[in-house]
Amino acid sequence: MTWTETLRTGWAAVRTHGLRSTLTVLGILIGIAAVILTVGLGLGTQKDVSAQISSLGSNLLIVKPGSSTDSSGVRGGFGTRTTLTRADAEALASKVNTPDVAAVAPEKTTSVSLEAGDTNWTTQVVGTTPEWLDVRARTVANGTFFTAEQDEQRANVVVLGPETAKELFGTTRVVGQTVTISGHDFQVIGVLESQGASGDSDLDDVAVVPLSTAADTLVGGQSREAVSTVYLQAESGDQLSAAYQEATQTLLNLHGITDASAADFTVNSQDALVSTATAVYKTLTVLLTGIAALSLLVGGIGVMNIMLVSVTERTREIGLRKALGAPPWAIRRQFLVEAGVLGLGGGVLGAALGIVAAQVLPGLLGTSVVVSGAAVAGSVVVALAIGLVFGVYPATRAARLAPIDALRAE
Amino acid sequence: MAEPVIDLAGVRKTYRTGSIEFEALRGVDLRIDAGEYVAVMGPSGSGKSTLMNILGCLDTLTAGSYRLAGEDVGELDEIDLADIRNRRIGFVFQQFHLLPSLSSLRNVELPLMYGRVHGAERRARAIAALERVGLGDRLDNRPGELSGGQQQRAAVARALVGEPALLLADEPTGNLDTASSDDVLRLFDELHAQGRTIVLITHEREVAERAQRVVRVRDGLVVEDRAVAA
Repeated sequence: MTWTETLRTGWAAVRTHGLRSTLTVLGILIGIAAVILTVGLGLGTQKDVSAQISSLGSNLLIVKPGSSTDSSGVRGGFGTRTTLTRADAEALASKVNTPDVAAVAPEKTTSVSLEAGDTNWTTQVVGTTPEWLDVRARTVANGTFFTAEQDEQRANVVVLGPETAKELFGTTRVVGQTVTISGHDFQVIGVLESQGASGDSDLDDVAVVPLSTAADTLVGGQSREAVSTVYLQAESGDQLSAAYQEATQTLLNLHGITDASAADFTVNSQDALVSTATAVYKTLTVLLTGIAALSLLVGGIGVMNIMLVSVTERTREIGLRKALGAPPWAIRRQFLVEAGVLGLGGGVLGAALGIVAAQVLPGLLGTSVVVSGAAVAGSVVVALAIGLVFGVYPATRAARLAPIDALRAE
Repeated sequence: MAEPVIDLAGVRKTYRTGSIEFEALRGVDLRIDAGEYVAVMGPSGSGKSTLMNILGCLDTLTAGSYRLAGEDVGELDEIDLADIRNRRIGFVFQQFHLLPSLSSLRNVELPLMYGRVHGAERRARAIAALERVGLGDRLDNRPGELSGGQQQRAAVARALVGEPALLLADEPTGNLDTASSDDVLRLFDELHAQGRTIVLITHEREVAERAQRVVRVRDGLVVEDRAVAA
């Protein structure tokens, strides 16, 4: 009996019991589709998170006040001293302290209501320096960004995000208009290019003002020197870890801290952010893949069950085939092929369903689903293997039947 | 002198169920030459079925020796027995045992499939066998679309297709009406006339009388072995 004949016989047997075979295949199909989708969702989320974090800018280190080494919250400065100040940012910008840092942009962020005519809109007002544009990888669509002189002179100028401009004026062509922020009039000198949302913060809904203006005009008081974040851009990706060392040492010296574990600031790299953000998704993906794998196991047991039924039902056929000269291995191979056809059918259909769902789901869930060729090929192979593995026992039982007993079976 | 098709010497077969032993054959000597048409008769429990299983290489011997067309089959394992069945023996069963999902042509091709005969040759031989039994116009019909007599003739075609040394028929008329029985038995007569070796197991006297020689089995022994008057 050749392989083609065995395949043809197996296929005929599967088709003879259409409904039964379909239900068995369904068990495998669902498992395979689930595996492809969970792996795809995991990869897609990872891609999304990476894209979001790299939309902050490239080769970035992010310095935040407070220590993250405590599990019980943030280590603040003593008394009224703030832990991260404009002076820190300027020290980090020095080529002597940090030769591997290309540019520095401190950010002082407050949530304030902006008014234009009788419209008002509450958004994030970011006080920063002109380097911000490069470091955060942003561009100005209309008008200009403010200059270092304007920062020094505490000029009342503002660059709006496109979303903010639309909310206030209904258009992004707003250069020359006036916006009132905390009772002070600011002239709009530019509008940023759209960048899209990053996680839960909308990068397009922002108002950028010179850092000194933000400190004196908008905040004032004791926290005027404090900044909420300092973005450091390394010269290149290779210099990121050197820049990290230098920035940490500079800040430790500046703050008079000798023990690095007592640092009152935190330096994060983008990679660290990506891995923190994806760690959760990875756990979730592993969990979901585990559940999908379980459903494959159940599907495999379904194959075994149906194959055992098939062997029992066809005892006489097995007896006859043996009487006509089928050796045990031919019988075993025939039932293995049948189980393999069920598994492979489930695998191919499941892969097809997974691929289709991967096209539909992003529209419904808003997350990317990345279907990798390896995952598809892998799961089809796994489905075939499940069919074969769970077919071994029924096939062996069939092969072991004694021809006389099998022929006499009712 | 030519090699006999069947040569049984001192064949014993013991079945064991738990601690109980049952001796189904208690020393059978039987020699059947090529071209003979032999009927094996006996009441149920006589060891007739056991003898048939032994002759058909479906079961192994407990003691004694069995030479089938010159080959000692007493010592063979399961795989070699399957091969012997395929090459040497054509079975005809009481319940026909045709596979219902296959056409009569595919049913008849089955032994050749296991005998590694492929393609056009296999098809041609199967068609020839079906034509031989008068079913040349029923190649694509499934067993369900054939009458009982036609089904049994298809089964005979399947038994013949491998050109076996021995045609072994177990109650071939047991499930047939008189007309169909006659039909099948006439086919056996023709095959006998062409020189086939046929062993027919039956409990019906009139069926047995069609043969050339009758062997009676009782209590695991051959009790009578006589030629039938022509």
